[in-house]
Amino acid sequence: MKPPPFTYHAPRDLPAALRTLAEVGGKVLAGGQSLIPMLNMRLAAPGHVVDINRVAGLDGIEVSRAGVTVGALARHADVERAGAHPLLTWALKLVAHPAIRNRGTVVGSLVHADPAAELPAVLAVLGGHVRVARWDCGRVTFREIPAAEFFVGPMESAVGPGELAVSAFFPALEEGSGAAFHEVSRRHGDYALAGACAVVGVAGARVACIGVGGGPVVIDVGGDLSSAAARVRDAVDPDDDIHASAAYRRHLVGVLAERALRDAAREGAAARGA
Amino acid sequence: MTTKLFGAPVQRREDPRLLTGQGRYLDDLGRDALAAAFVRSPHAHARVRDIDVSGALDVEGLVAIYTWEDLPERVGRALPLLIPHPALTHGRTAYPLARDVVRHVGEPVVMVVAADRYAAEDACALIEVDYEPLKPVVGIEEAVQGAQLVHEDVPGNVGAHLVQEVAAADGRGAREAIETSPHTLAFRLDIERSASMPLEGRGVYARWDGRDLRVYSSTQTSTSVRMAVAAALGLPLPQVEVIAPDVGGGFGVKIVHPWPEEVLVPWAAMTLGREVKWTEDRREHFVSSAHERGQVQYVRVGFDDDGRVLGLDVTILHDHGAYTPYGIIVPIVTSTQLLGPYKPGAYRVEFTAVYTNTVQVTPYRGAGRPQGVFCMERTMDKIARYLGKDRTEVRAANFIRPDEFPYDQGMTFQDGRPLIYDSGNYPEMLRMIKELIGWDTFERRPGLGIGIGCYVEGTGVGPYEGGHVQITSDGRVHVSTGLTSQGQGHETAFAQIAATELGVPIERVSVVTGDTRRFGYAVGTFASRAAVVSGNAIALACRKVREKALRIAADALEADPGDLDIADGIVHVVGAPSAAVPLSTVAVLANPLRYAFDEETAKATQFATAAAPDRPPVAEGEEPGLEGRDYYSPIRSTFAAGMHAAIVETDPDTAEIKVLRYAVVHDCGRLINPMIVEGQIHGGVAQGIGGALYERMVYDQHGQLVNASFMDFLMPYATEIPRVETGHLETPSPLNPLGIKGAGEAGVIPVSAVIASAVEDAEGIEINRMPISPSELFELRMG
Amino acid sequence: MEHEITLVVNGTARRARVPARRLLSDCLRHDLGLTGTHVGCEHGVCGCCTVLLDGRPVRSCLTFAVTVDGAEITTVEGLADRDGRMSAVQRAFAECHGLQCGFCTPGFLCTVTALLKENPAPTDDEVVEGIAGNLCRCTGYQNIVKAVHRAAELLAEEA
Repeated sequence: MKPPPFTYHAPRDLPAALRTLAEVGGKVLAGGQSLIPMLNMRLAAPGHVVDINRVAGLDGIEVSRAGVTVGALARHADVERAGAHPLLTWALKLVAHPAIRNRGTVVGSLVHADPAAELPAVLAVLGGHVRVARWDCGRVTFREIPAAEFFVGPMESAVGPGELAVSAFFPALEEGSGAAFHEVSRRHGDYALAGACAVVGVAGARVACIGVGGGPVVIDVGGDLSSAAARVRDAVDPDDDIHASAAYRRHLVGVLAERALRDAAREGAAARGA
Repeated sequence: MTTKLFGAPVQRREDPRLLTGQGRYLDDLGRDALAAAFVRSPHAHARVRDIDVSGALDVEGLVAIYTWEDLPERVGRALPLLIPHPALTHGRTAYPLARDVVRHVGEPVVMVVAADRYAAEDACALIEVDYEPLKPVVGIEEAVQGAQLVHEDVPGNVGAHLVQEVAAADGRGAREAIETSPHTLAFRLDIERSASMPLEGRGVYARWDGRDLRVYSSTQTSTSVRMAVAAALGLPLPQVEVIAPDVGGGFGVKIVHPWPEEVLVPWAAMTLGREVKWTEDRREHFVSSAHERGQVQYVRVGFDDDGRVLGLDVTILHDHGAYTPYGIIVPIVTSTQLLGPYKPGAYRVEFTAVYTNTVQVTPYRGAGRPQGVFCMERTMDKIARYLGKDRTEVRAANFIRPDEFPYDQGMTFQDGRPLIYDSGNYPEMLRMIKELIGWDTFERRPGLGIGIGCYVEGTGVGPYEGGHVQITSDGRVHVSTGLTSQGQGHETAFAQIAATELGVPIERVSVVTGDTRRFGYAVGTFASRAAVVSGNAIALACRKVREKALRIAADALEADPGDLDIADGIVHVVGAPSAAVPLSTVAVLANPLRYAFDEETAKATQFATAAAPDRPPVAEGEEPGLEGRDYYSPIRSTFAAGMHAAIVETDPDTAEIKVLRYAVVHDCGRLINPMIVEGQIHGGVAQGIGGALYERMVYDQHGQLVNASFMDFLMPYATEIPRVETGHLETPSPLNPLGIKGAGEAGVIPVSAVIASAVEDAEGIEINRMPISPSELFELRMG
Repeated sequence: MEHEITLVVNGTARRARVPARRLLSDCLRHDLGLTGTHVGCEHGVCGCCTVLLDGRPVRSCLTFAVTVDGAEITTVEGLADRDGRMSAVQRAFAECHGLQCGFCTPGFLCTVTALLKENPAPTDDEVVEGIAGNLCRCTGYQNIVKAVHRAAELLAEEA
């Protein structure tokens, strides 16, 4: 289990990174916690690897009233420690184990787009976006991809060839709203069998579910939390796999959505002093 | 015995090196060796039509590529069938490299040797093998149908079939006894595959100097690897040495030998005249080593109003995978150890071992016992449920009583010897486990369940082990035994035995295991036998040395050997401590010298001693040196026992299963080191929890192992394992000098039975299949 | 193509020439001869290869050596005190029988060393969570948990 050979690029700044990506294509290496296992198993054999770990200015975690912007090199552990967003912090504690979180990046996890991963659901339920850069006619150009368009399918994001996701924006919770994340995994730290993160505010409630579709499944629950489980179960389309049946996952995600909504509602109420 | 180390929780002597990165595991050796890698079959069943290596020839660092056709006749022979048995009528083993047909995904087809493992894998990826896919046989039921064959010349895929039957006291057979029983039950049970899965995989490293071959292998038996390698390579035995270095866990899988790689790597080293090393990676370990556990069992039982079993009839279908190098030990153990602490009136057990196109099945810690215990304990629970009785009451009604030992179960055990239990106290053990878990005060509520499981484990099987003990003129004690260590703390436990027997401080004792340069005769480490068989052999060797030391010291002190004792490494006259001579001096005196190399040895030179001129310096029948060698060959196994109980909680909504408490009462006779025994139990229970709730080998219909990674084969982390509460009972074995029984496998054996019992209690749903996941519990709830 | 890199391993600058694909685990073990770091799965699950990268535990099998050129690495060989005495964590593992075959042990020692630095008095749950990314097939973890608490005690006593 050794990676196949590849040509290695270690650009020092964003234009160089984007130029390289434009010229050679290749896989972006940030934290490597998903890429390197695939290389070690020789499930992937990119001709070029563009290591962005030396690119200056990508490791920022910027907090504003509007939300948190997380740079492409911000590690899970750093974002978790920054504690800048309660739902993001909650979700990060569910991601793998500390040693993985010390290396893995938030943006990398989003681009990886595993349907059972936690962070895509957080971005989706909050309605955040990912900022993507490319080298275009001798200059750096950016575009912002909203969460709703970012997760294209299982293990597939909207980041195109030659593009680099440079940051992700997680909108702050509205005042008086609460959030929660519940999941069930076989072992602690494993990808979830199913999970749900919920945001409940004055205006209504939203839940994003994982492990039950091609990407995070977002459901606007509105004000009626009592029928939420049934609506979630209607909206999802889980598969059987070796760890759980589709029927179980469908049942489970309803339970977890209910729990997440209940906790989020309670937190929101507490925030409002209700 | 003045130094009371036997029975003390002595800290492990192997730890300082293992804690500082100074351990030497297989891949830590041979830094400059060439690396081997293998092209392995991607098909479960296929004919190899052609192998085209041309694409790989330009890989930088490539040294050699070998297919079966490149192997000399002797090297290319089918691997040995290690344990033949008359019932194994169709034993089949693999070739070191596929000869014609591959029979499971992962079977080695081409060997590549290159400068390093990266280059070797690059070459493997470029070798093209043309396969003609054949229909695979996957799963016990498909194998039994026999429509497709794993081996063309094995009809019905049946490798072995064996019936053992013990009649009731009145002479009636089990089936007859069941027919006439007041109550009968019939049911089917399923257990799925798991695997030993040590964190260090297998590995072989070989050095050839033109005359002598030295092989390092991460094995549970270096002596037997040595014989197998010498035979395969046509080398005289004295020219081959095999050493098991530090081994990162074994749990059974590393007792199998010779692996293809254990033949091929030394052969390549000889052929190339270069050091060659192969370090198994995790993917290889999943698909090309061995698994265990998979069985289907059909049970019929007849019993009376008290729950006493009058007749038990068990039919076992055992999945043996593609080959049977280790014979039919696993189903034999299941068949015999199924009986546990009980004495059913009449017992009939029949097993059929079938081939499938999957990885071969060989012993994994417990070695068939977990399946047998699952069967018997499920049976006990079902009887209790049927009669509305407490589950422990039904068990107690069937126990062998303490006054019935030795108890002959009337069967033949895995060592070919009668299944006679030597000692035990099952009623007392039941009392202890009930007290430890709080059985009688347990408050039942929905979603909370309590379960119990009992087992008896035949440990310390023969044929023998040996020990060699040498005291050198610096007063150090050098102990060696041939069997190998994989983390059981042998260096400590054996040193405790030697220190106790010889009356020396443990710091002066060093122990070497698994190195044929130091001890050539041994069997191996399996069946919880190391402490029992090597431990006793070392004790006996120590006693020889002690006797000789006392004899020599008696001469020197002009005393009677019977008046002497040894304490703190000094032989002294009892009651007259000033009349003393240290063992270092005794060692000097034991070896008459012509040449001195220090002040101490000068005392033994020819002009320094007042030896009797009319006697040879080494008396007739004596040998120079203060050393001894002895062997322990048990008449039969000694039977350890244990009872486990657990409390589990099931989530009414998510169907998650959580073990709240886990308790173990265990009897392995006299304890050498309670800390080590406890550690063995903890680890065994953790593997048992893995097998009960997390681990399984999932094959799809094409024979692909779909969870061949640690991502999907769910070995438990710390977060999944409950704290284990332990209690010890000591009923010494009357069979061996130290009164000990084995402990290595104990923890794992009843866990699936216990968890099934507890989940059934919590849910009120019959649990007949293990492992069980939340998804499966959910499906059971849905009906 | 090979890359000249410098790693500061256990306080000493070490140079190596490695291809880009050389895993940090292989670089430490085979290029630098520090075989105390073990490799158990090479896909980041078992934790045997855990080392400290600039003080934080990471999987050396999921890191290219070339990526961490210039970084500070601590391996099991570098955990002992300056005078060569085993660290409190190492001693606690010995005292509590927190290891059997020893193969996973270096990964646990690195993980626990970092854990106690960040949280000198962890609760039972924090200990279990803290070591939950490391597999052990021998001990059942119970004595490892005990060893972490004992190490915390030793560190407090010796502080």
